[in-house]
Amino acid sequence: MSDAATPEGTPKKKKSTLFKEPRSAMPEQDPQERIKNFREVPFGYTPELARREAERCIQCKKPHCIDGCPVAIDIPRFIRQIHEGDFDAAVKTIKETNVLPAICGRVCPQEEQCEKVCNLADSKKYQPVAIGRLERFAADWEAARGKIEPPTCAAPTGKKVAVVGAGPAGLTVAVDLARRGHKVVVMEALHKAGGVLVYGIPEFRLPKVIVGREVDTLAKMGVELRTNVVVGKSIPVDDLLQEYDAVFIGTGAGLPYFMGIPGENLNGIYSANEYLTRVNLMRAYNFPTDDTPVCRGRKVAVVGGGNVAMDSARTALRMGADEVHLLYRRTRTEMPARIEEVHHAEEEGVRFQFLTAPLKYVGDKENRVCGAHCQRFELGEPDASGRRRPVPIKGDEFDIELDMAVCAIGNGPNPLVPNAQPDIKTRRGGNIVAEKGTCRTSKKGVFAGGDIVLGAATVILAMGAGRNAAQAIDDYLKTGEWPELGELEVK
Amino acid sequence: MPMMNELLEKETLAPKVTRYVVRAPDVARFRQAGQFVIVRIAEDGERIPLTIADADREQGTVTLVVQEVGKTTAAMTRLEVGKPILDVVGPLGAPTHIEKLDYVLGVGGGIGIAPLHPICQAFRAAGTHVEAILGARNKDLLILEDWMRRACDQVHVCTDDGSYGEKGFVTHVLERLIGERKPDLVVAIGPLIMMKMVAKVTQPHGLKTMVSLNPVMVDGTGMCGGCRVSVGGKTRFVCVDGPEFDAHQVDYDELLSRQRFYLEQEKQAYQRYVEAVGHGPEECRIRGGQQS
Ligand SMILES: Cc1cc2nc3c(=O)[nH]c(=O)nc-3n(C[C@H](O)[C@H](O)[C@H](O)COP(=O)(O)OP(=O)(O)OC[C@H]3O[C@@H](n4cnc5c(N)ncnc54)[C@H](O)[C@@H]3O)c2cc1C
Ligand SMILES: Cc1cc2nc3c(=O)[nH]c(=O)nc-3n(C[C@H](O)[C@H](O)[C@H](O)COP(=O)(O)OP(=O)(O)OC[C@H]3O[C@@H](n4cnc5c(N)ncnc54)[C@H](O)[C@@H]3O)c2cc1C
Ligand code: SF4
Ligand code: SF4
Ligand code: FES
Repeated sequence: MSDAATPEGTPKKKKSTLFKEPRSAMPEQDPQERIKNFREVPFGYTPELARREAERCIQCKKPHCIDGCPVAIDIPRFIRQIHEGDFDAAVKTIKETNVLPAICGRVCPQEEQCEKVCNLADSKKYQPVAIGRLERFAADWEAARGKIEPPTCAAPTGKKVAVVGAGPAGLTVAVDLARRGHKVVVMEALHKAGGVLVYGIPEFRLPKVIVGREVDTLAKMGVELRTNVVVGKSIPVDDLLQEYDAVFIGTGAGLPYFMGIPGENLNGIYSANEYLTRVNLMRAYNFPTDDTPVCRGRKVAVVGGGNVAMDSARTALRMGADEVHLLYRRTRTEMPARIEEVHHAEEEGVRFQFLTAPLKYVGDKENRVCGAHCQRFELGEPDASGRRRPVPIKGDEFDIELDMAVCAIGNGPNPLVPNAQPDIKTRRGGNIVAEKGTCRTSKKGVFAGGDIVLGAATVILAMGAGRNAAQAIDDYLKTGEWPELGELEVK
Repeated sequence: MPMMNELLEKETLAPKVTRYVVRAPDVARFRQAGQFVIVRIAEDGERIPLTIADADREQGTVTLVVQEVGKTTAAMTRLEVGKPILDVVGPLGAPTHIEKLDYVLGVGGGIGIAPLHPICQAFRAAGTHVEAILGARNKDLLILEDWMRRACDQVHVCTDDGSYGEKGFVTHVLERLIGERKPDLVVAIGPLIMMKMVAKVTQPHGLKTMVSLNPVMVDGTGMCGGCRVSVGGKTRFVCVDGPEFDAHQVDYDELLSRQRFYLEQEKQAYQRYVEAVGHGPEECRIRGGQQS
């Protein structure tokens, strides 16, 4: 590694004009090569590339980028530190507010957040600073030198908090409470911590060692992790409240939606959750060395247009599919997936079929899916979400052949805890009702945040909720007060 | 602190059927009749669901009765007593709805007798008169007769070949018994074919009948949807909505085909395993009595 940490020669004086240039690309695996493996697609910036990109930041007086980040990282400061070659300081800056930078740098929808409002992007003339890539660089830099420092913890307070669910929301709450000296026990239903980060988002986008590292940090801070505990089944929330001073529910949006069309229960049709869980968490790509099997479709259809759909489609390619068709009811502009992922999927050969959705699946005599009957749509008036509503074009229907399909049309809130504990109020649709800014629920001592409150959202929003909840839990542990809920979090 | 998930006892009940007693205090404390656990025995292992056949709250133990049908269930038989099982999670699934009824008739076939046991126990504890029909292919394969005799007021045994009890299928005994006295509820657990036949027998009599389904599962918490079945034309997730459903509403053929989806891969995994641990080739017969 080059000696990039020396700040000498920083071109502070002469004004850089690099901001006018395009942002630095990240070197990445060749598409033809990478569809044959599960290794991460981008290699990340080199120190040189990072410093060059950091130089593009014009260090605004009013840095809008900060407002665009749900956890308000001091972006100009950490970017300046990268530019100066003081990568350690950059990591410290980021970690003041974001405990999972290696993860956010990879999976945040930056183009909708920090980078969207970067003043450079605002000018319309220039490209925004690649904030996410720089964040990722800093975090990887720290990890590569093998000295990730766990945050220091305050003296023990004697208070105990139970955190339910080890996704980004739960992990963040745990770190922030441990910092404040509280004893934290994280309970996770699966055999591995990380939530969607381990069972959903594939290795080629978020290597599992990175998640593992963050989980290790928790252990170093004295947080106890209990896997294989399904709260509401293995132990009721009420029992937790007897043993713990507060409970945080971060159980996510793990309930897969199906379309409810004929043939959907045929063999070879998966929810994205099942497909990705088999491949990622259970390592079915490694069958039969690993025991869990999965269908290796040759002609695959993936239904949906979000990150989950992109992940499923790209996974199917890596599992050996000849053709992967992505069926989406609207057009490219309405796709909720991160632009980078759409771009990657396209490079890898995923075939996008816009304005298309299956009406029914057809099976062979062994009840395996062998085709789909599809409908074409056109865009009509905007719906409640502001996106133009797809309207079926009468008579424009067609058949496709396939031997596997993945339904990636969305997930609902995990109903396990609210079902078992009806005094934790939910909204229609099943999301837990929680107060904005504090994550307090209708039940005293119980807080909730992340996807279980917001519906399927993002990693950084789940973390943001975790931070707020940790603060509010800390307050509650001090005062014991539980006033009427104020303004509620809405989806 | 005692070792979590320690395997405390292991006993062969019949050819390819083993009883395991595992230390799992929380599962033992909260489990109710009809619930199951998910077990994983190795880092590269599959997650498999197994019914809690019995539990001891005081001792903090649960009993599993497992038939060897493939790689994981075969590998389980080699687990060492005194060592922990890697993952045991539960209790999962919706508990059986237990209430005091006049008369409940259980029908258990093969390994299905194990999951039937806690249900009979619970109904009896609620003050219900409980009888059970136990069926097996032959005398050697009949399991848990003594348990069932303790859990029920009366037990009727039949074997396909007549080597023990009545000769014939459980459905024959069932026809006869319901002709004598109509139960308020029939609970049937066993191979899918058996459950389907039981449903056929009870439907014309208008007898409320429950079956316990066993699709392929992954998480067991409602997250993957892999365990879905059609019940009354609606898609249900067995791990959270079940495992028990109205026997007259279940699409058995769909479930059967879904259970068999990974057959080729399962055979391959089993074969590999058998080669690695060095059983004779005659042991390669996959899925022993599962569908019998
Ligand atoms: C395939 C996929 C790709 C995605 N890609 C992106 C992306 O690129 N960028 C982005 O920002 N977001 C992405 N998301 C969304 C993001 O992952 C989620 O918004 C985020 O993980 C929510 O965090 P959470 O902590 O609320 O819940 P989760 O990550 O869902 O974690 C919840 C945890 O709780 C556990 N749990 C559930 N019930 C119980 C219980 N009763 N007891 C104990 N534990 C329980 C679950 O097993 C799970 O581990 C993606 C989601 C998916 C599915
Ligand atoms: C709710 C429930 C309760 C069960 N209780 C018992 C029990 O008490 N005793 C018992 O012996 N068996 C029970 N089973 C069945 C048991 O889970 C399977 O026999 C076991 O998973 C087979 O694993 P294997 O690797 O040995 O065999 P494999 O070779 O993998 O599979 C053999 C057959 O078992 C079924 N199966 C495979 N993988 C799974 C899986 N992950 N989940 C569910 N089924 C699978 C399939 O039908 C398959 O064809 C239960 C199943 C369910 C769903
Ligand atoms: S955490 Fe996400 S939103 Fe915030 S700066 Fe990093 S990439 Fe941008
Ligand atoms: S808005 Fe953009 S250019 Fe300005 S400080 Fe933030 S990252 Fe730098
Ligand atoms: S096993 Fe995954 S939803 Fe039932």
